Amino acid sequence: MQVQVDVPDARGRFGPFGGRFVPETLTFALDQLAQEYAKAKADPEFQKELEELLRHYVGRPSPLYHAQRLSRQLGGAQIWLKREDLNHTGAHKINNTLGQALLTVRMGKRRVIAETGAGQHGVATATACARFGLECVIYMGEEDMRRQRPNVFNMQLLGAEVRPVKSGSRTLRDAINEALRDWMSSVETTHYILGSVVGPHPFPMIVRDFQSVIGRETIRQCQEQLGRLPDVVVACVGGGSNAAGMFYPLIPHPQVRLIGVEAGGRGTAPGEHAAPLSFGSPGVLHGSYSYVMQDEDGQTCPVHSVSAGLDYPGVGPEHSYWKQTGRVHYTHCSDQEALEAFDLLARTEGILPALESAHALAQAAKLAPTLSPKEVIVVCLSGRGDKDAHEVARLRGQQW
Amino acid sequence: MSAVDEVFAALKRRGGRALVPFITAGDPDLEFTAQVLQVLDRSGASVIELGVPYSDPIADGPVIQSSYTRALQRGVKLAQILDLLRHIQPKLSAPVVLMVSYAIVYRRGLEEFVHQAQAAGAAGAIVPDLLIEESEPLRRICTQADFSLVQLVTPTTAADRALRIAQASMGFLYYVSVTGITGERDQLPQQLREQLGRLRQLSPVPVCVGFGISRPEQVRQLAPVADGVIVGSAIVRRVAQVQQRPAEEVLQEVGGFVKSLAEALQGS
Repeated sequence: MQVQVDVPDARGRFGPFGGRFVPETLTFALDQLAQEYAKAKADPEFQKELEELLRHYVGRPSPLYHAQRLSRQLGGAQIWLKREDLNHTGAHKINNTLGQALLTVRMGKRRVIAETGAGQHGVATATACARFGLECVIYMGEEDMRRQRPNVFNMQLLGAEVRPVKSGSRTLRDAINEALRDWMSSVETTHYILGSVVGPHPFPMIVRDFQSVIGRETIRQCQEQLGRLPDVVVACVGGGSNAAGMFYPLIPHPQVRLIGVEAGGRGTAPGEHAAPLSFGSPGVLHGSYSYVMQDEDGQTCPVHSVSAGLDYPGVGPEHSYWKQTGRVHYTHCSDQEALEAFDLLARTEGILPALESAHALAQAAKLAPTLSPKEVIVVCLSGRGDKDAHEVARLRGQQW
Repeated sequence: MSAVDEVFAALKRRGGRALVPFITAGDPDLEFTAQVLQVLDRSGASVIELGVPYSDPIADGPVIQSSYTRALQRGVKLAQILDLLRHIQPKLSAPVVLMVSYAIVYRRGLEEFVHQAQAAGAAGAIVPDLLIEESEPLRRICTQADFSLVQLVTPTTAADRALRIAQASMGFLYYVSVTGITGERDQLPQQLREQLGRLRQLSPVPVCVGFGISRPEQVRQLAPVADGVIVGSAIVRRVAQVQQRPAEEVLQEVGGFVKSLAEALQGS
């Protein structure tokens, strides 16, 4: 099946995936968002405002950095890092939240809600809301509040209210449920800044578009710094926003191998990982049709990852489409491999990666020795790891 | 004509209104659900909504959410719910419609789901996360099987869209009274009566109203402007008391409550 870039269609479908499976109450707001986004996209003023914010507020373009000591140690392909960790707020999430905050203002809404897993999207949303003077409520699972404590304080310092979610597994999936329930009641005055390429149409498209700045810059920087495109590009996939933003501009360049890395957790048995593209099946979750970890009745299964940002049973519909078309290869790395990659990057390059991004690094570390030193792997270093220092110490049984 | 159509046709002939109570299947277990279904049937239910527990119900408030969680923690499966229905349906005079997420319907397979549900005695289904744009494949199967696929209209639905949804709805049209999730409300929206009146004029099928309704006086207010009234959380909350109180007592309270709603509906 030939991969298309002119997706989704008017109904939000990427091939068979995507669409809109939500209560009727939300239709009005999703239509409103789709219309406003179409207008904004065609409005040079909007594009200019967003570009200026990305440049002077976020600090874009983020560098493309040749990790020479890491490459030498691994022995093989040259590893280059797309440094999304150097963005304001320490991850790629801000690319999307600023765009959606601008849309919120255009729609005349004053209140914003969002979900967060690792807290990076929560912090980026709280930041954008502070910047635009919007009221901000963040839903976060209690388990994630525990393991990503520094980000909880950061959100509060930025003026956001963090609401603990106690239902279900008390992680990202439940935070999305709770944010959607809030939106069911507040839809007329509130915008939901969804943080990944998941959810009902038009969210997967909007978030991908706002994140595509990552891939566009990478292409330009590769041409400037390498004189050519890379051989391989690797990104981690939870919901899949940094991977979608990195991959989308590269889809029409078939010579570039694209690899998405899911959370392999502790093993391949159900409940031990968070890798729906590797082990799941197509189904409906959080308003869209995509790969999901589900039981024989369609109930969502528990998942596990050491990384709160990847600890999610679903994945963006466009990733399902890229899997189906074969354009992107999806694989998984374990908790242990991610933790080892975390250490490796810290000690060879002096960079603490987010545990999410460490999954992509782990895959690159496996791949590099199998390639020649002339080949180039770009890894999307989607976020910084300061937020994880505490949890990494706890996992090692160290006091902090 | 499905069994739901027949109920509304009969009500229309005598100028009556439908009482549509909702309960969760398997909360706290399927044996108790069987007893509650019979109590609802005896106490004046016209149509019964049987909720199939779902792991991620975004349209539901805390009462129904936690009933779903309890049922799923006990490991209730769709096949067991359909078995229960097969066993109990012949003893009920009110038809049963399933309230079921599209995640579950899709997983089973659209055709398999409709045929299995129908074989078990269900007269229709409400799929709250299936919008009109996505509902065509399931609707085609339901039309062929004469299985009522009930669609929903909400206060945020534009008028032209409401008309399209009403025209596609089978059995009845479900009007969601509030912009929000399920759960009891002290006050229903001011404009609710006008909205219902308008919707009833354009809808080719009867219009039932639900979400937030929990008291006989609310039922009395709405009866003149609706073809039926749906009550969920107020019943589920009472059923849940069986965890702390004797089953007989709970069944009696549920029966008494539903009777009071039925009387309010008749008396208005």
